[in-house]
Amino acid sequence: MADNVAGSPLLEVDDLRTTFTIPAGDVKAVRGVSFSLEQGRTLGIVGESGSGKTVLARSIMRLNLGSNVTTTGTAAFNGSDVLTRSPGEMRELWGTEMAMVFQDPMTSLNPLVRVQRQVTEHLCRHLNLNRAEARQAAVDLLREVRIPDPETRLRSFPHELSGGMRQRVCIAVALACEPSLLFADEPTTALDVTVQHQILNLLSREQTDREMAMVLVTHDLGVVAGRTDDTMVMYAGTVVEHAPTASLFADMRHPYSEALMRSIPRTSLPSHTRLAAITGRPPDLIDPPSGCAFSPRCPYVQDQCVNEEPPLVETDDPAHRLACWTPVGSPEARAAFEKNLAAGLQQAVAVDISAAPSSTGGVDG
Amino acid sequence: MPWTTRFCASWLIVIVGAAVFADLIPGLADPNYQGFLFGDGATNESPSLTHFLGTDNNSRDILARIVYGARVSLTVALAAVFMGVVFGGFFGSLVGFVRGRTDSAVMAVVDVILAFPGLVLLLTVVTLLGRRDLVVIATVIGFLSIPPYTRVARANALSISRREFVTAARAIGTRKRSILFREVIPNVLPTLLAYAMVNAAVIILLEGALAFLGLSVEPPTSSWGTMVNAARVDLQINVWPAIWPSLALVFTVYSLNNVGDWLRRLRSVRSAAL
Repeated sequence: MADNVAGSPLLEVDDLRTTFTIPAGDVKAVRGVSFSLEQGRTLGIVGESGSGKTVLARSIMRLNLGSNVTTTGTAAFNGSDVLTRSPGEMRELWGTEMAMVFQDPMTSLNPLVRVQRQVTEHLCRHLNLNRAEARQAAVDLLREVRIPDPETRLRSFPHELSGGMRQRVCIAVALACEPSLLFADEPTTALDVTVQHQILNLLSREQTDREMAMVLVTHDLGVVAGRTDDTMVMYAGTVVEHAPTASLFADMRHPYSEALMRSIPRTSLPSHTRLAAITGRPPDLIDPPSGCAFSPRCPYVQDQCVNEEPPLVETDDPAHRLACWTPVGSPEARAAFEKNLAAGLQQAVAVDISAAPSSTGGVDG
Repeated sequence: MPWTTRFCASWLIVIVGAAVFADLIPGLADPNYQGFLFGDGATNESPSLTHFLGTDNNSRDILARIVYGARVSLTVALAAVFMGVVFGGFFGSLVGFVRGRTDSAVMAVVDVILAFPGLVLLLTVVTLLGRRDLVVIATVIGFLSIPPYTRVARANALSISRREFVTAARAIGTRKRSILFREVIPNVLPTLLAYAMVNAAVIILLEGALAFLGLSVEPPTSSWGTMVNAARVDLQINVWPAIWPSLALVFTVYSLNNVGDWLRRLRSVRSAAL
């Protein structure tokens, strides 16, 4: 494991842009993302489907396939840019320095290979273990990810395991060579809620024990809350808000973060309460809207939002970065909202209705 | 396994066993012995204890000719399947995995071979080499069966290469070659083998058709198609020499299809459980 120079971040991403060229045009999946991650810290990336969070993670891992993908910018890992590395040079990082846990454990294990070989295969290659040592290492790994009866499980095929078990195996595979950076790409989306909790706790524990950095990609704000040091909210391929998780939840400034928060169903509300969905659809990434990408769906939208793209800048708290002209809670936002409500703008009206759960409008919409 | 599949599998085992061990079967007549020339038999005999299925118009034992004829049919089928699975499977998986220019180049060649009339190629090769033995026939038919396997393998490899476990293998630093041989090809094989069963049936029919046209192995070597062709002349006198090899053909082809379907269902059940 490479020694990290004290003080310099483990991963420093600067103006990363990933574009897929398809017949219909250029899909700008990631449009200029910058952030840095220190050794041993966790970063949560939150956003809805198509916001570019997975593509961002895969771009840094260099796992985007195909000749139609172009990635620009820099992603410095331990000080050296991974985006300019050759595939051969990437192999030195994959597994040993950077690893990834995928979204769907049903498809991320080879269906024809027993658990033992899935776990030990690259162990043997990277660490030059013999069969017995590799087997022992596999047993230890499976025990570590809390798989009961690991000796028996080593002989199982993936289809003989439950979803949660498979994700544990995937985590064991990813952790096998002790990476210093782990990407978890929606690791719990395909799992039952009860299992989700266990898997997230497992990831947190491993992250703490191994002092590795972790990037947790999810569409669920509830997943990052309390589990990550920092949270980055992405929308349409850009970062709209980036803050320490605690201060983000205490003081959500971006209308999109607020809308995501509002759309979480609450058990305290009566049954059959309409979900507070975000009106409209995610923007077309071939031809993104001018100005703020969220402006067509934002209840606080004003002329400046449509015309000028807000830069990601520090707020009064330097750790809290925000890209918005009318941050939630500001007088400008309140004024803009009143104006939009008066004008009958759909997204403002929808927010107004769901803000008052007692009204009948909240039920039949 | 349903009872029809059991029956079909048994038939295949019997026919393959008989073809392989034909020389060792006690009491099996010499397939080329023409009894009537030596005064111990007649042409177009009915089934009897000496000739279970009777004799053909050259007084040769039909059962023996069917058993030895199975060698030709099965060898050709096996050669075609083997070449198809090995070469077609490899090239198809390779280009489906790496894509790009290799893919375009290989698929262009494959399409040309597919478009080329097989009969013409066979005739050309046979004429150029001046011989028509089992090796030549099996090689040409085997070569012609590579393209369909390439297509099947490529189609499967395309989707498998996009599966998460291939990306996961990359993400832990597996070499491309190992990914191809350990992740992609093993997952392409089951589909390819199910296809091979059905394809073997097609090849056996193809060989039969070629033999009927007189383009398969040279007489007196028997093959099921050759037997039907030979019996054609005396069809009005005795239909049995034509019917027996046809029945062998029908049973074998049906069995291959049936077992192939069963394998495919097995495969789809398993992928559904994944």
